[in-house]
Amino acid sequence: MSALLEVEELQVTFGGRTAAVRSASFRVEKGETHCLVGESGCGKSVTALAVMSLLARGGQRSAKKMSFAGTDLTSLSDREMARLRGNRMAMIFQEPMTSLNPAFTIGSQMAEVLTRHKGGSRAAALDRAAELMGRVGITAPGMRLGQFPHQLSGGLRQRVMIAMALMCDPELLIADEPTTALDVTVQAQILRLLANLKREFGLSILLITHDLGIVARVADHVSVMYAGEVVERATTAQLFRSPQHPYTRGLLSCVPVPGRVQRDRPLGSIPGVVPAIGSGFAGCAFRSRCAHADETCARAIPRRQAGDAHDYLCRLEPDWAELQPA
Amino acid sequence: MTAAIEVENLRCEFRVHTGLMSAEKRVVAVDDVTFSVPAGSVLGVVGESGCGKSTLARMILGLLKPTAGTVLVDGKRLFDLDRKARARLIQPVFQDPFASLNPRRRIKDIVALPLAAQGTFSRAEIERRVARILERVGLSAAMGERMPAQLSGGQRQRAAIARALVLEPRIVICDEPTSALDVSVQAQILNLLADLRRDLGLTYLFISHNLAVVEHVASEVAVMYLGRIVERNETDALFREPGHPYTKALLESVLTPEPGKGVPDIGLGDAMPDPANIPPGCRFNPRCRIAVERCRHEAPTRMVRPPQGMVECHLA
Repeated sequence: MSALLEVEELQVTFGGRTAAVRSASFRVEKGETHCLVGESGCGKSVTALAVMSLLARGGQRSAKKMSFAGTDLTSLSDREMARLRGNRMAMIFQEPMTSLNPAFTIGSQMAEVLTRHKGGSRAAALDRAAELMGRVGITAPGMRLGQFPHQLSGGLRQRVMIAMALMCDPELLIADEPTTALDVTVQAQILRLLANLKREFGLSILLITHDLGIVARVADHVSVMYAGEVVERATTAQLFRSPQHPYTRGLLSCVPVPGRVQRDRPLGSIPGVVPAIGSGFAGCAFRSRCAHADETCARAIPRRQAGDAHDYLCRLEPDWAELQPA
Repeated sequence: MTAAIEVENLRCEFRVHTGLMSAEKRVVAVDDVTFSVPAGSVLGVVGESGCGKSTLARMILGLLKPTAGTVLVDGKRLFDLDRKARARLIQPVFQDPFASLNPRRRIKDIVALPLAAQGTFSRAEIERRVARILERVGLSAAMGERMPAQLSGGQRQRAAIARALVLEPRIVICDEPTSALDVSVQAQILNLLADLRRDLGLTYLFISHNLAVVEHVASEVAVMYLGRIVERNETDALFREPGHPYTKALLESVLTPEPGKGVPDIGLGDAMPDPANIPPGCRFNPRCRIAVERCRHEAPTRMVRPPQGMVECHLA
């Protein structure tokens, strides 16, 4: 299988001191959904922004390799990158209200994407916008085109964002917590929509989430991030069947699963907090919270193989015992 | 035993202006809500945004006057009590600890404020109580000296819990207490709340949109839709055999970490509920998969659902 997006040893620092992303490597295969999963501050959103060259001021990015459909992203100028963004790679964010301009109608914002990247008339762009709104399940698209963002519900706004992202027929869609601000019922609808679009348009999706339930249901491959590092990579089935990194295991034990709840037993939890990673940090970032940590964890940690497409960053040998349901 | 919280025919209306020239509109945020929470138990309240669950919480806390109906907390009418007595009885824990803690005060001063406001505690007594509650929620004395911004999200929520419990109330209203937290921290806070309830004999009203969390903490669950409780039952019974199609849809929409199952089709459609435009008949009928003609013009009445619950649906 060929990779659409390939990232190797991505480093992102802010102000030269805080290491937000440390040597992160992952591949998004064509037509697949790849999930970056982790808790707040783990560097998952910064990774996505670094790929899009959208880092905030002061953010420094370097990578051994960062290629998109054969193009080396590190060598592109700002202008060349701007031609790619919103065109061949598109992005949707958590809060659609802040990503839409409140002063312009839905139609004019959607049409601009197409005329800016591909030229053509505004009327043609509006036709395409109406068509895509139908495709993402918005009823009466003609009326919606003339409305302003505040007139739509949260779920509808996110559908508009998705339709807008599809205007130029992108190959890659980066979705950063696209359903976190939505109700569970709407979340299921939006995720179903993304899964359908992936099939219909042959989209590849890089999905960023903190929710392991979402990962399990939509991802093909998963990269688990902790304190700026990818600590475990696997196919979704592998990751949930035999998670190897103590952090991944801890995370899975924290999730209450309906139907398997035992009310008198405490939930699994991970003690402590994520450490601040300075420039001289060495060893495993999880060791201060890990039950298996010893003094060797302060040294360089090997990346171990636990299968063809499964590796993890830990001194411990693979353990094949299946995870007990919580 | 008297119920810790007893709510009867509670109703809350807001008057809103939808436009410059348009007539005033009445929005019924909470409509004829009745339930009681036995002392020492946990009632979970679930529903989508705008269903009235936070409005309900504010009326029980005495922060909002009901349009009609009564709220009894520990057998007393809240509006007959003064603020100090109310604070000793019932306390809230809110979703975002950053918004609910004064950013310019040290944690220990924030936690001490409810005690100081009572005006009956000596300074030494206040210090003793603050130190004890901080330790109980897992915050060190050094944390007490810090400002909210210097704490992590989980630590801030611990501070908010300490402030709620420092007056030793009997009842705590938890409004989405873990929704802003990471999963590993969420688990810590849920375990802490469970320990505190057991050790201190507390009663919780626990509001959340996360059904898995509610199943974990609640002994009984009420499902709200557009201001009404459409189903209420013991947690196990409700999760095992949901009676209302809306409860079913909510349960189906929970994404459990089970790979290969895909995303469920809950078939609720796009029509988001609007409290300013409550549909005639059953208020859920525009989104209901199994609605029949009767549902469109006749509102369902409350029906008993075993073991000791209720449901409002013609077809349950």
